[in-house]
Amino acid sequence: MNKTIVIDGKVIPFQDGQTIMEAAAEAGIYIAHLCHNPQFTPHGSCKLCTVKVNGRNCSACTFPASEGQNITNISKELNDDREKITQMLFVEGNHFCPSCEKTGNCNLQAVAYHLGMTDNHFPHFFENREVDASHPDVMIDHNRCIFCTLCVRASQEVDSKNVFAISGRGLEKRLVVNSESGLLKDSDLDVNDCAAHICPTGAILIKRTGYKVPIGQRIFDHAHIDTVTLANEGASHDE
Amino acid sequence: MTNKKVKVATVSLAGCFGCHMSFLDLDERLVELVEHVEFDRSPLTDIEHCSADCDIGLIEGGVCNSENVHVLREFRKNCKILVAVGACAINGGLPAMRNHISLEDCLNEAYVHGIGVENPQIPNDVELPLLLDKVHPIHEVVKIDYFLPGCPPSADVFWKFLTDLLAGREPSLNYELVHFD
Ligand code: SF4
Ligand code: FES
Repeated sequence: MNKTIVIDGKVIPFQDGQTIMEAAAEAGIYIAHLCHNPQFTPHGSCKLCTVKVNGRNCSACTFPASEGQNITNISKELNDDREKITQMLFVEGNHFCPSCEKTGNCNLQAVAYHLGMTDNHFPHFFENREVDASHPDVMIDHNRCIFCTLCVRASQEVDSKNVFAISGRGLEKRLVVNSESGLLKDSDLDVNDCAAHICPTGAILIKRTGYKVPIGQRIFDHAHIDTVTLANEGASHDE
Repeated sequence: MTNKKVKVATVSLAGCFGCHMSFLDLDERLVELVEHVEFDRSPLTDIEHCSADCDIGLIEGGVCNSENVHVLREFRKNCKILVAVGACAINGGLPAMRNHISLEDCLNEAYVHGIGVENPQIPNDVELPLLLDKVHPIHEVVKIDYFLPGCPPSADVFWKFLTDLLAGREPSLNYELVHFD
């Protein structure tokens, strides 16, 4: 007999060892997320995927599915929390969409659209963050890093390198590059590495490609992130 | 809709007037709009101060100098509904990209060391409003009731928002109308 969990009243099957996020994706249910990508070990840091499991808040990307779970994914309360988290991400970094190459293809922006966010609510930090344009093919704009560690995990788990890490805490937190100078040009990052292409925001960009697709024809200009994500991530788990 | 026209005031603070230009992209719909709306203080009318009974205030641009703060407070005081229009009003936008550079360095670069500057000096006329240390989104200064994102928001955004309000509906923008870029 199939084991099942219930998400928003819908009974869905799961296999032992699956997280709630994985079971949901397989069943075609979108749970908002930013630091999760099914290719890598879950990190559980952004908290966007917070769902209520039998009345208690849990991160769907790390929490194992198990028999008897009654899960709320979509509620006003949870979506309001998700919106506040997203707004905090926007004011913590410097996210000026009109001047960002990634606009329209950015998951942070698309999650904001999905949640109906139209303002940033909190006072802006306007933190001073650096740009590292030293590498011939790849650049880092630290203004847009949300510390999801996807590049860190991609470099370690897929590229078998160790180019990125997160260092420091709180306001001092930064993405750091594993090279003596701290610059990307002196690391062993290659433009074809998974880590160079995984950033959900415009923090890691491939040079000379930013405007190949015009604004207005980009992924999230017309498609919602839930549909796009399920098409990309739901399928990979169907095998 | 009642016969009494709804009073709309508009202003561009630290903005580029792009949002106002986009508003004018309403084109022939402006004719229909002015059946229901009368413009109060606005660059479109040259009226200098808000009447006390404005219904809607549309604010373009963030706050970069002392005058912006006074104007924004005047709008809040006189408009029942205050709307942040465009990226700069919402998050400071392009002008806020000076925020990680000190004000002194900005002024020196523009008026003293800049390429092609003649007779270098920092403008210091008493008529000039003092620059703020940083550029701020307007919600950090006064309460804002609605936000219309976009750089600029398209004419369709203004149209949907205003027609919703005029019809007494809670304004709502569908997915295609919400853009941060
Ligand atoms: S650079 Fe991008 S992928 Fe790496 S931690 Fe920052 S936001 Fe995540
Ligand atoms: S997606 Fe689960 S914590 Fe980020």
